Amino acid sequence: MRRAEIVTAGILALMSVYLMWKSTELNIGYITGEGPGGGAWPFWLSGIMLICTGFIAVNWFRQTSPPSQSTEPFLDGYGKKMLLLVGGGIFGFIALINIISMYGAMFVFLIYYLRFLGRHTWTLTMTIATLVPVVFFFFFEALMRITLPKGMKFLEPVFNYLNTIIY
Amino acid sequence: MMEILGLLSDGLWLSLQPTNLMLIIVGVTLGLFIGAMPGLGSVNGVAILLPITFLVPPASAIIFLAAIYYGAMYGGAISSITLGIPGASTAVATTFDGRPLALKGRASLALITAAIASFIGGTVSNVLFTAFAPPLATVALSFGNPEIFALMLLAFATFVGLGGDDIPKTVFSICIGLVFAAVGYDEISGAPRLVFFDISGFLHGVNFLVLAIGVYGIGEMLWTIDSTRGKITSTDAKMTVKGIVSDAKEGMRRGWKGTAIGSFLGFFVGILPAAGATPGSLMSYGVAKMLARNPKEFGQGHPGGVAAPEAANNSASTGAMLPMLTLGIPGSPTTAILLGGMVIWGLTPGPRLFTDQSEFVWGLIGSFYVSNFFALVINIAFIPLFIWMLRMPFTILAPMIFVLSVVGGYAATQDMHDVWLMLGFGLGAFFLRKLDYPLAPAVLAIVLGPIAEPTLRQSLLLSSGDPTIFFTRPIAGPITVIAIILILLPLFKIIWTKVKSSRVETPAQ
Repeated sequence: MRRAEIVTAGILALMSVYLMWKSTELNIGYITGEGPGGGAWPFWLSGIMLICTGFIAVNWFRQTSPPSQSTEPFLDGYGKKMLLLVGGGIFGFIALINIISMYGAMFVFLIYYLRFLGRHTWTLTMTIATLVPVVFFFFFEALMRITLPKGMKFLEPVFNYLNTIIY
Repeated sequence: MMEILGLLSDGLWLSLQPTNLMLIIVGVTLGLFIGAMPGLGSVNGVAILLPITFLVPPASAIIFLAAIYYGAMYGGAISSITLGIPGASTAVATTFDGRPLALKGRASLALITAAIASFIGGTVSNVLFTAFAPPLATVALSFGNPEIFALMLLAFATFVGLGGDDIPKTVFSICIGLVFAAVGYDEISGAPRLVFFDISGFLHGVNFLVLAIGVYGIGEMLWTIDSTRGKITSTDAKMTVKGIVSDAKEGMRRGWKGTAIGSFLGFFVGILPAAGATPGSLMSYGVAKMLARNPKEFGQGHPGGVAAPEAANNSASTGAMLPMLTLGIPGSPTTAILLGGMVIWGLTPGPRLFTDQSEFVWGLIGSFYVSNFFALVINIAFIPLFIWMLRMPFTILAPMIFVLSVVGGYAATQDMHDVWLMLGFGLGAFFLRKLDYPLAPAVLAIVLGPIAEPTLRQSLLLSSGDPTIFFTRPIAGPITVIAIILILLPLFKIIWTKVKSSRVETPAQ
């Protein structure tokens, strides 16, 4: 945890410098008749962020913050596995949206999580995995008139048919 | 006063007519679910259902829309508490304490406190609205850019001064939220700003719901699974009639101060042009925390932390109607749509509306009272359903929350770029949360950033770059001074502890 604290502070310091540099694309000074330039606000805020990371580093050195005193690992075996399975699952879910539509991706993700991570029965898994996309479809497409991504072209006939139900 | 009461009773009578009453009940119930759905808020509900209202007379139409607005204010709290994802922008602050309470298995306490505080907030604001609408509208107008910026500064200061968290990390969190709020276009020059790696998705800015859902729906969820090793106690939530009564008592005993602060502060922030219910609820949370006997309890699951933002968002939603009706200036996105509706119905908002369209105005005010009452009843009636949902095994609840987060992240802006961004924020939030970085200030900052920056720049333009403008104006001055004292409070505390310890050491020598 101690090493993670200083490494994170370093990364955040670099990010602050990048944000300061990026802010200079617009004027960061005072323009007479126009007020502060467009880059001034993010520039000075990023400057404050950089100063904060300095203080975080000082606190790390003096071991005054709880993570800088901790000897526990930042991510243990359970944490790494959880991040890979759950975080990876969400990544896969989002990646599938443009291919098999929001509803299809939801269906696959729910099967993955309920059956393989949650170890629920196939009956329960399939009931929830089917019911949730159906409820979402009618809530968003029919009631709220918000269209969620429909995936690639091969799914068009399916959604055309479903649209005939709601319109 | 008698005249006002007479007009109000006419208004109440109008809103209790069978058609209007039915519209209120349907509106409140719809609003409750729209508000509870992450990514959708009252603004979506009102905008989508606006065309339906052309089928009924204008008074009934606005009553229906006001009922949706009210319902959504109640509904936002539901997902903030049960799922830990803010259901609407106005309920972001409710997550700060609502979620920890739910994780302790005390979701019913949080839900009931939210419902009662919302009702009280709504009632207080209705009374204020009824009695003081025209004079309050002129007070709101005396709030210029320097005053509004000073208020924003005060909101940030409450998080720094009394946070109890690591100060550099809190300040970092606020600043990063403000920088994210600056992404997109520079509002004054119109030039693209902070468009990272020339990705066009950044041109429309970073929607605060994308950050809020990322932080709470994904980051905090991952952190919860990691830190509890998957053994979540939120599923211990219970619901009995006796429990409801004792929770209501406990909620009010520990949350009365937050409710009072939220009711009055929320109303006032609500009437300020360009402010509205979201900043109102966030500021009320900050002030309630500041004035609490033990501010460190806030954020750990304190009913006051649920009561303050919930009372405030209801109070502010009524407050936001005030400048809309009396001056024709909407105080929030939802009221802007309502204003559009009124223009379509042939009504001209402004000072003359109260005299020219008295029946319409008082019918609307009457409907606030009736909607507020039905929102409380319908909300409490649905609490067992939400508790039942929470009692599901966590391995069923968690994927549902992730699905809601992804859909909510998309629905907010309808751009896949934002869904990826949300995942990025979620993973970032998970790592930062493990290292004790407070994330609530970043969410607060991204909401208030779009108000803080233009008001600061316009104030400095007004004073030709002289920052003393924030100190010399009669309203802005005291607010700025209080904010600065709060920011410096941690420093005073350090000096005070050093002085105290040196005094203790001296006699020993």
